[in-house]
Amino acid sequence: MFDSLTEKLEAAFKKLRGQGTLTEDNIREALKEVRRALLEADVNYKVTKDFIDEVQKEAVGAATLRSVEPSQQVVKVVHEKLVKLLGETTVDVVISDPPPAVIMVCGLQGSGKTTLCAKLALRYKKKNKKVLLVAADPYRPAAIQQLQTLGRQIDVQVFEIGQARPQDICREAVNRARKEFVDLVILDTAGRLHIDDELMAELADIKKLVDPKEILLVADAMTGQDAVNVARQFHERLKITGVVLSKLDGDARGGAALSIRAVTGCPIKLAGIGEKLSDLEPFHPDRLAARILGMGDIVSFVEKAQESVDIQAAEKLEKKLRKQQFTLEDMYDQLQNLKKMGPLESLLEMIPGIGKALKGATIDPKGIGRVEAMIQSMTVEERRNPQIINGSRRKRIADGSGSTVQDLNRLLKQFVEMQKMMKNMNRFKFKGLPKDALPF
Amino acid sequence: MFKFLRNFKEGLSRTKDNLVGKVKEAVGLAAKVDDNLLDTIEQILIEGDVGVAAATRITDNLKEKVARESIRDPNDILAALKSEIAAILKSARDPAHLDSSTSPEIWLILGVNGTGKTTSVGKLAKFFRDQGKKTMIAACDTFRAAAVDQLAIWAERSGVECIRAKDGSDPAAVAFDAASAAKARGFDILLVDTAGRLHTKTHLMEELKKIKRVLAKVVPEEAIKAKLILDGTTGQNALSQVKLFADVVGKIDGLMVTKLDGTAKGGVVIAIAEEMSVPIDFVGLGEQIDDLKPFDADTFVAALFE
Ligand SMILES: Nc1nc2c(ncn2[C@@H]2O[C@H](COP(=O)(O)OP(=O)(O)OP(=O)(O)O)[C@@H](O)[C@H]2O)c(=O)[nH]1
Ligand SMILES: Nc1nc2c(ncn2[C@@H]2O[C@H](COP(=O)(O)OP(=O)(O)OP(=O)(O)O)[C@@H](O)[C@H]2O)c(=O)[nH]1
Ligand SMILES: [Mg+2]
Ligand SMILES: [Mg+2]
Repeated sequence: MFDSLTEKLEAAFKKLRGQGTLTEDNIREALKEVRRALLEADVNYKVTKDFIDEVQKEAVGAATLRSVEPSQQVVKVVHEKLVKLLGETTVDVVISDPPPAVIMVCGLQGSGKTTLCAKLALRYKKKNKKVLLVAADPYRPAAIQQLQTLGRQIDVQVFEIGQARPQDICREAVNRARKEFVDLVILDTAGRLHIDDELMAELADIKKLVDPKEILLVADAMTGQDAVNVARQFHERLKITGVVLSKLDGDARGGAALSIRAVTGCPIKLAGIGEKLSDLEPFHPDRLAARILGMGDIVSFVEKAQESVDIQAAEKLEKKLRKQQFTLEDMYDQLQNLKKMGPLESLLEMIPGIGKALKGATIDPKGIGRVEAMIQSMTVEERRNPQIINGSRRKRIADGSGSTVQDLNRLLKQFVEMQKMMKNMNRFKFKGLPKDALPF
Repeated sequence: MFKFLRNFKEGLSRTKDNLVGKVKEAVGLAAKVDDNLLDTIEQILIEGDVGVAAATRITDNLKEKVARESIRDPNDILAALKSEIAAILKSARDPAHLDSSTSPEIWLILGVNGTGKTTSVGKLAKFFRDQGKKTMIAACDTFRAAAVDQLAIWAERSGVECIRAKDGSDPAAVAFDAASAAKARGFDILLVDTAGRLHTKTHLMEELKKIKRVLAKVVPEEAIKAKLILDGTTGQNALSQVKLFADVVGKIDGLMVTKLDGTAKGGVVIAIAEEMSVPIDFVGLGEQIDDLKPFDADTFVAALFE
């Protein structure tokens, strides 16, 4: 019931394997499965239909040209088409001259607008831009406080004048930005339904007043068939300049992206991949297409791994390891690094061939949690000098972490073994901990 | 606020336009009941987020019925479709009935990010208070920026007491305090607002387990009801949400489907009821405090087909 699009496509293409040539008939049979898979991935019905029709045409044409494995051929055609539909190249947000550039962020309720505004602010602050966040949602309870809190977290100024008219808020904010030499103004508008005439007109008003260079529609990656209606309405009323797909860190297949792109022709510019303000990525059409097709997303994987591991911390750890000072504290830090990379399963899924092989039998996150809890329940002294952990200390730590003394004994034993192993390594080169050395 | 209250039927009228309207159109155009018409119906269902599997089953059943009862008049198709969907959505229970033998009953409000949990807690607080129930709410989303402030405003609007802690404090500790207070002071119902979390994030799901475990120290397990809030705009991913949240808390006792005042058809409700037999308790039809209605299959279907 919850088979991913990837698996569905694989199954569909398996049917093609072992058949000598691609005929119209056997392609149609396989594409029926593809159609079903796309629909289950929430690609709009009509978008799916057009897509399948075109692939059908192209796949038959290709069959006469080459004699490689038929499934590969169809995969290639489907992949190419998906990439084409998604937009081929990565298009970034444009911050044009003269300052202040204005970005207006809009979308349905709860899609992730406010979070995106803060993420954008952080992104441009890092590029040394002076950013002003504007609280233009006077309706939703505590929407202003939400933006203020986020602004404080990243040390970016938030403009608010309470429950005023959004048009007035935005106009005043841009005026202020001019006076204060702000480079970038980001308008956080209230969530609204695309059919809410009054509120849609309000956005059109704001657009007229402050002339935003970017109008970004935030769409939830989990959106279903209705994505086309929403995107079409927002585009008709506002001529949006780009789409941001949020909550792509879940298991939604993101078919809405295909639909939105198809009806608006607007590029999908960014992807939200988490609640943290650093969880923003450029949108890579080829990667998403590849991922949909089960070809893995090795590039994302490598980048993510690099980002999450703090190089300096790693070097420090390496030194400690050489001096044989590896402590439980360091082990704890390593666990945090692992966790920073996000759910391990989803990371592994990015690697071709691994996702499926590991399904069901992946790393036990409970194990990580237990180890963490046990280390947290230790005193600093105990973490650095585990040999002082005697019977009564063991009982205290086990109780404090909701585990058993046996669990703790196992952890300590494994830790001692890790230390031993590290001593034995003469020229230890740090590349992260050896995989099977981790106690879970 | 410009928005006015929409009643249940008004809120659903767009669903009607999109789903039944199209069937009617197809029926009107079709000279007789044939595969073509049935295909059109299947398309309409899929476009309403019912999902391929459920849509296929519904149309297959229809086909059978058409053959069995030799239905000739295309208009009779509508009636058949209506009873087909109603049968799937029917549930014998009263969504607002607090059925645990001890008080307080605790509703653990769960869901992925941005579905409408906090808003629904606010609306439910008013709903139960209007029914004369002694109602308390607990702000256990200590993670998202200003989530506690948001709930506090809803507490004010609904006139119920809100147990809150500082941002960043342990949600399980807040839950425990609230449950203890509600029990000691004889409250009928405690609504626990939790942080949005994607069902695939194991560490966040563990936190939910902890909240539930802690609550079970105060009240019997059967008095804790897990209520999942689904965004009506969501497509097939809702099925995965229901399944994974159920895995973590043991069982989903009821669903609430929000944002049905948009053009999203909420067809996912049908797929969920059909595939997982989880009952639907309430629907959200707007952002105002009264825009929450107990889900009633007959009203739903009647509003759909009127
Ligand atoms: N997992 C995940 N959660 C996200 C992402 N972006 C936003 N969220 C969460 O989604 C929820 C809603 O986000 P907001 O930014 O408040 O959404 P909004 O569109 O401003 O909502 P309204 O103003 O109420 O319409 C919050 O819980 C966010 O933390 C993302 O990329 N991934
Ligand atoms: N149109 C409409 N909007 C709704 C409905 N229910 C909630 N909303 C809006 O959806 C947005 C998100 O609602 P919240 O209650 O903050 O959602 P949440 O699930 O608590 O969000 P997080 O805690 O961030 O995960 C807000 O803008 C609400 O006003 C509904 O039934 N209809
Ligand atoms: Mg917002
Ligand atoms: Mg909330």
